[in-house]
Amino acid sequence: VDVVATTKTGAPPPWAGRRPSAPAWAGTVPFFAYVGIFLLWPTGIVVVDAFKNPNGAWAFSNFTELGNSLVRGYFIGSLKLCLISSLAGAVFGAILAYAVASGNPDGIVRRLYIAVSGVLAQFGGVTLAFAFLVLIGPVGLLFHASWYFEFPWGIGLIYGYFQIPLMVLVFLPAIDGLKVQWREASENLGASAWQYWRHVGGPLLMPAFLGATLLLFANALSAFATIQAWENQIAYVVPQQIATAMSSEVGLSNVNVADLLALGMVIMVAIVMTGYALLLRRAGRWLR
Amino acid sequence: VRSPYKFALAGVAVLTVLAAGCSSSSSSSTPTSTSSGSAVNWATETTAAGGGGMNALVAAAKKEGTLNVIALPPTWANYGAIISTFEKQYGITVNSANPTGTSQDEVNAVKTENGTARAPDVLDIGMAVALANTNLFAPYEVSTWHDIPGAQKEPTGLWYQDYGGYMAVGYSSKFGTITSLSQLLGPQFKNAVALNGNPTAANAALNGVMMANLAEGGSPNNIADGVNFFAKLKQAGNFSPISATGATIKAGTTLVVFNWDYLNLPSYVGVPNWKVFVPSGAVLGGYYAQAINKQAPHPAAARLWEEFLYSQSGTGGQNLWLQGGARPVEQQAMTVNGTINSSAASRLPTISGTPVFLTHTQATDAATYLAANWAKAVG
Repeated sequence: VDVVATTKTGAPPPWAGRRPSAPAWAGTVPFFAYVGIFLLWPTGIVVVDAFKNPNGAWAFSNFTELGNSLVRGYFIGSLKLCLISSLAGAVFGAILAYAVASGNPDGIVRRLYIAVSGVLAQFGGVTLAFAFLVLIGPVGLLFHASWYFEFPWGIGLIYGYFQIPLMVLVFLPAIDGLKVQWREASENLGASAWQYWRHVGGPLLMPAFLGATLLLFANALSAFATIQAWENQIAYVVPQQIATAMSSEVGLSNVNVADLLALGMVIMVAIVMTGYALLLRRAGRWLR
Repeated sequence: VRSPYKFALAGVAVLTVLAAGCSSSSSSSTPTSTSSGSAVNWATETTAAGGGGMNALVAAAKKEGTLNVIALPPTWANYGAIISTFEKQYGITVNSANPTGTSQDEVNAVKTENGTARAPDVLDIGMAVALANTNLFAPYEVSTWHDIPGAQKEPTGLWYQDYGGYMAVGYSSKFGTITSLSQLLGPQFKNAVALNGNPTAANAALNGVMMANLAEGGSPNNIADGVNFFAKLKQAGNFSPISATGATIKAGTTLVVFNWDYLNLPSYVGVPNWKVFVPSGAVLGGYYAQAINKQAPHPAAARLWEEFLYSQSGTGGQNLWLQGGARPVEQQAMTVNGTINSSAASRLPTISGTPVFLTHTQATDAATYLAANWAKAVG
C-alpha cells in the first residue's frame, strides 16, 4: 500500500520564522467576543439584576412576584402560544416538507418552495400583523370571526405563517436523509406503507421532528414584535409583560421585575434547548 | 461596578474604542459662552434673562447646533410641524429618537444614555412619570411663565404642563350617532371597541378606563366601575384587543377607540367618516408636562426649545399645539391677550360639564387596581 507522503522536506518557506505564529485560540476570539458581549454579558446582567431592587441593593423580594397568579398567567400564556404554534407549524411543515422532498430534487417546485420558505420564515413583526389585520377582521378581505380575536387562536394562526416555512427548512434535510433503499427493503420483506412508516420511516424521522418542533417552540417564545403589533391592550405572554415592566408610564415600571421575567424565559429556553440538543444527538445516532 | 466577564473583555475593549470614536465626533456638550465672551453655563441657568437674554440663548443654542428630543410622534399634537418650524427658525438640527416610546422610555433613556451626546435634552412626559423623576430635571422658567396656571407647574420650574385634552370616544360614522357608553354593548359593536394601549402601561389607556368609570357613575378615587365596564364589553364580545393606531383605523379594523380628543379628531385620524363624542358626566382632562434633562448634552438648545414651545406667537409652540387639536396650557391667557389662533380654537370639540383632572394619588391608585384586575377582566 502506497501512502503518499504529505510532509514536505527541504527548505522551509521563505516567510517561515519572520512573523510570530499566533496561538491557536486566537482564531476563536471574534466568536467568543461576540457571544460574550451579546449573549453572556446581557444574560449575566439579567441574572444579577433579578436579585436586586430598583435602588441597586440585593433583594429577593422580586421572587414573591413568581407566586403572583398574574405572573404565572403570562408564563402559561407563553406556553400555550408556543405549544399551539409549534405543534401546528411542525405538523403542517413536515407534511409540506415531505411533499417537496418526494418531488424532483432539481425541479423548479422544490427550489421555489425552499426560496419562499427562506423568506417567509423571517417574515414577522408589524408588517405580518398588519397583513393579517387587513385580511381578517370587521372589514377583512377574507372573513371576520370572533375566535380570531381570542388568545391564542388568532395570534397562533399568524405565528403559523413563519413557523411552517421554518419547519420546511429545518425538516427537509431529515426527509432527504431517508434512503430509498430502506423503503425498497421493507417492501421486499412484504411491509405495507403503514408498516414502513410505523416501524422504519417514523422512528427514523421522529427525533428530527421533535428537535425541529422544539426549535419552533423557542422561536415562538422569543417573538415579541408580532404579538405586540397584533394586540397591545393586555399582556398575554411574558415578553409583553417585560415591556410593560420596563416602560409603564402610569407608575408600574420596575426594571428588576422585568429582569426576573427575562430570567424565567432564559430558564424556559434553557430547558427547551437542552431537550433539543439531546434529541439532535439521538437523531445523529440513527443516521450515522 | 459589575464584575468583569472574561469572555467579553476583549470585545468590550474594541467596542469602547469604537463608541468613543463615534461619540466624540458628534459630541458638542461643553459649556457655551455668549458672543460677548463672558462664559455662561446654560446648564444651570433658570431663566433666559439670567443668561443674558433671548439673543444670547439663541446664539448659544445655534452654536450647539443640535437638540435631542424623544418619544414625539410627528402626528401627535402637531409635533411634526413643531419640530420642522423650530429647525427652520433657528437652524438647529432636531434628533428625534424613538418616536413611539412611552414617558417611562424617555426617563429610561435619560438614565441609560447619561453623559453621552445622544441623551435626550428635553422630555414630554405624563404626570405620573414627571412627579416620580424630578431629581433628573433642571429647573427652568420660560419667559411666559406667569401665563401658566399655578396648579399646572412645579413652583421652581422642574416641570410645567404643556398641552392637554379630554378623553373622547372616536367611532366610525357607520354606527350612526353614539351618545352613551351603554350603546357600545350592542351586538353591532362585535370586536370593535379598543383602547389606545394597555392601561397598566399607557397613560392614555388608563385614562380611557377612567373615563368609562366616570360615565358609569364611578368616582375618580376608584376605577373599579371602569374595569367592570370593559369586562362587560369583553363578555359581549365587543372588546377588541387589536392595537389601535392611525393605520388600523384607516384600514377599518379599529372601529371605536377611547383616546385623547386631539388624537381622535377626524383631522388627526385622517378618516372622513370618523366621529367623536364625550359621554355626559365623564369629562376627563389630562395634561402632559415638559422638563429639561439636568444632564442635557445641549443645555442652551434645550432651553431655547422650551421658550419656543411656550411662545405665544402665531408660529410658536402654543398655537402649533392648538392647530394639532391639543389645548395649550397658556390658552386662557392667550385668549385674554388676543394671541390665540381663534380659528384653530374654534375647531376644538366643545366640552360641557366640569372637567375632572386626576390627582397623583388617584392616578397611582387606579394604576395599582388595574395591575391586579385588568388582565382578569378582559383576558
